[in-house]
Amino acid sequence: MEIPYTVKNRPDTGIYNAKLGVWLFLASEVMLFGGLFSAYVLLRVGAQPGHWPHGWLDVRFGTVNTILLALSAITTLLAWAACKVREFGKFKFFHGCTILLALTFLGIKSYEYHDKWIHYEIQLKDGTFADGHLEEQDDKQVVLHGRIVKDEKDLYDLRAQKDIQLGEVKIDRANIVKMQNYGPWHNTFTAIYFTLTGLHALHILGGTLVIFYLWGPGSKMYKTDPERFTNRIEVSGLFWHFVDLVWIFLFPVLYLT
Amino acid sequence: MSLKAFHLIFVTLLTSLSFGCAAWAFQAGSAVWGATAIGTGILVIIYGIYFLKKLKKVSFL
Repeated sequence: MEIPYTVKNRPDTGIYNAKLGVWLFLASEVMLFGGLFSAYVLLRVGAQPGHWPHGWLDVRFGTVNTILLALSAITTLLAWAACKVREFGKFKFFHGCTILLALTFLGIKSYEYHDKWIHYEIQLKDGTFADGHLEEQDDKQVVLHGRIVKDEKDLYDLRAQKDIQLGEVKIDRANIVKMQNYGPWHNTFTAIYFTLTGLHALHILGGTLVIFYLWGPGSKMYKTDPERFTNRIEVSGLFWHFVDLVWIFLFPVLYLT
Repeated sequence: MSLKAFHLIFVTLLTSLSFGCAAWAFQAGSAVWGATAIGTGILVIIYGIYFLKKLKKVSFL
């Protein structure tokens, strides 16, 4: 049995079925990310004054990742255009570039996550707070590369503090009241940050797997049914562009505000 | 909507992001970042025009 409207447009919708399918899927994705963005806005406006973090994320990493995704959107489009004009070699090259760019994005994101994972805030018995990256720990003491502040509020707005002095901080375990890393459980900012970027990273991973399949084993279809294959590339490109668009909103919201 | 039309939306938003980043950087006191972001925005506009010319024959639907 032949699947209808994989190449020709369906008369009532005006588009081929896969395109209609991916747009319906993307509509549900808009609702998913829209809900999470709304949650971000509500958490932020509901935060106590001075308790919303600023400057916790490295803008340089965010900028590089934005450039990587923008370039990957271009290579996806070029891969589709190459298929349209039946230049299979160019398609392979451009989609190969897309995969490499996506993997680099995920590598940088993993580094950022790791950086948050080893970043600790430690409440001490004298009421002060130690904050920094964990260097080593044993039964008796914890060593951070960071600083000690008098008030927890001093840890929130890093952008307002121009010359932060960091150094080795040794803390006896007996002096620790609470020790917590900057994981999703740390506060509402890290919770929504990990949720939004984690979900986005999963989309990048899923998209990369699909693109890899179309670039590798799935590209056999080009020889037997090039038009249908080109449509598959367009559909995967639409998904990829959506994921890139989400990042265009995520980057300023999380990194610049 | 085809990939061509969606790409055009993407390029438009990317341009807005670049100029938005430039405004943010100037306000934060980083002229170098601001100028780089403006340069990027101009590059994206040039790319957008090139892209439209290149795919003139491809449908927006």
